[in-house]
Amino acid sequence: MPHRLTPRALRFGALVRERIYEAADYGRTMTDGTDAAEAGWFSDVDPGDVEAAGDAIVEGRAERPREWPRLAVESGYVASEAEYYDRLHEAAIYAARREVREREGADDQQLIHAVRAMDDSARVANELAERVAEWAGSRIEDADTGIEYARELAERDDDDPLVSLARRVRDLDDERASLRAHVERATPDVAPNLSALAGPVLAARLIALAGGLESLAKKPAGTVQVLGAEEALFAHLRGRAPSPKHGVIFTHEAVNGTPPANRGSAARALAGKLAIAARVDHYSGERKPELDEQLARRIERIRARDSE
Amino acid sequence: MTLPSGVERQRFSDREALATQGEPTYGEGTTDGWRRWDPHRSKLGAMLEREMETGLSGGETVLYLGAAAGTTVSHVADFAGPTYAVEFAARPVRDLLDVAESRENLVPLLKDARAPETYAHVVEPVDAIVQDVATRGQADVALTNRRFLREGGRLLLAIKARSEDVTRDPNDVFEDALSTLEDGYEILATERLEPFHDDHLGIVATPK
Repeated sequence: MPHRLTPRALRFGALVRERIYEAADYGRTMTDGTDAAEAGWFSDVDPGDVEAAGDAIVEGRAERPREWPRLAVESGYVASEAEYYDRLHEAAIYAARREVREREGADDQQLIHAVRAMDDSARVANELAERVAEWAGSRIEDADTGIEYARELAERDDDDPLVSLARRVRDLDDERASLRAHVERATPDVAPNLSALAGPVLAARLIALAGGLESLAKKPAGTVQVLGAEEALFAHLRGRAPSPKHGVIFTHEAVNGTPPANRGSAARALAGKLAIAARVDHYSGERKPELDEQLARRIERIRARDSE
Repeated sequence: MTLPSGVERQRFSDREALATQGEPTYGEGTTDGWRRWDPHRSKLGAMLEREMETGLSGGETVLYLGAAAGTTVSHVADFAGPTYAVEFAARPVRDLLDVAESRENLVPLLKDARAPETYAHVVEPVDAIVQDVATRGQADVALTNRRFLREGGRLLLAIKARSEDVTRDPNDVFEDALSTLEDGYEILATERLEPFHDDHLGIVATPK
């Protein structure tokens, strides 16, 4: 390989290339004076600096393609087109590998921690809000309840321990909101299809309940249907209760938006599609938009039974 | 129909099949250094199997949109020149990278095919675009990537009806896609890809 890390001295090449152009309406100008929208990935990179080349491939932009191999030779970035392709090959693989690692770093185990932390924050915030409400009721005439009231109290300019506790509630509730935003961002990377079908938060909860995307992908649809309803399921298995119709998937609009008589069917149909989505996500990772429509059609048909 | 040079029919254990020469990558059958190209696993393979006139002769510069794990693109890189493989999902790119490692002319790009301005600073003008993306608006993807095609170049496109709308008749979906394509392309040939791929239309076009 002619192009392992080369000395910094090669920066000379970049200086030679310096040209002065008026910055066009794209605003940004490369340091070598080339209009950003006209520049190739190599325009601002030291030959041999694979990391910078990778950054340029990931972040660069251009409106149209140009004869980059020829331009790279003309600019002195490489000596020949063969060398150009060698460098591009190396930099593109480096960039893609790094990005894949970053995106997959949002892995299912990290997501499980995040969604559990989100639920813990919500639970503790509610618990403390109840304490605040009770305490406030003993001292304040028009005391209210809930997290909203704790937020109101937290605004008071007061050293009172009650106000301080209310501030903890507010902070915990903010933490819950920011964890939720994180889960909403991260889930589509971990499980694009499941996230699209279930919504990011429910998708993350299902992955957490199963213990990971792989174990969710290996569960039959009937198990997915009752994940989160273990207590009811075991009561049923001991013969003390009817079989549960749904677990956490009850939070999905396809289930709770369907009239009670048809909810069992809706839950079964949803669980079936979610199980397929989890398998596609685990084994292929490609987005299959047709799953969304198949689900929408199934639910539509189930709901239409009422009007018959 | 003429196969691109570098693609040949070879005798495999059970029967004759399309094949290219290169490093085996996904457990495909091999004979004598030739790797079997299964039309059931590849839209472009199916287009060749259906004897569509692709205009490929071998050695072209290719932009491949929707490279996925690199099954088809590995064969393309075997017979083509510089091959730019665009795929947006991180998971399959992990496999695509293994394919690219053993092929000097294959450039993997983790990019969204709907946003060509994010890779036009890397991809040079090409002789052929091969497109197999499973997203809605497949014809729009072909139109927005038209800027990469040299004059007289070829667009080889597989339209998947179910990606556009599962509820509509595939024929209506194809008709819509073709009429959108005609905004920027002249259609040279179309062919359904059954029995290899259900509800897929193979299209060969050239920029207007």
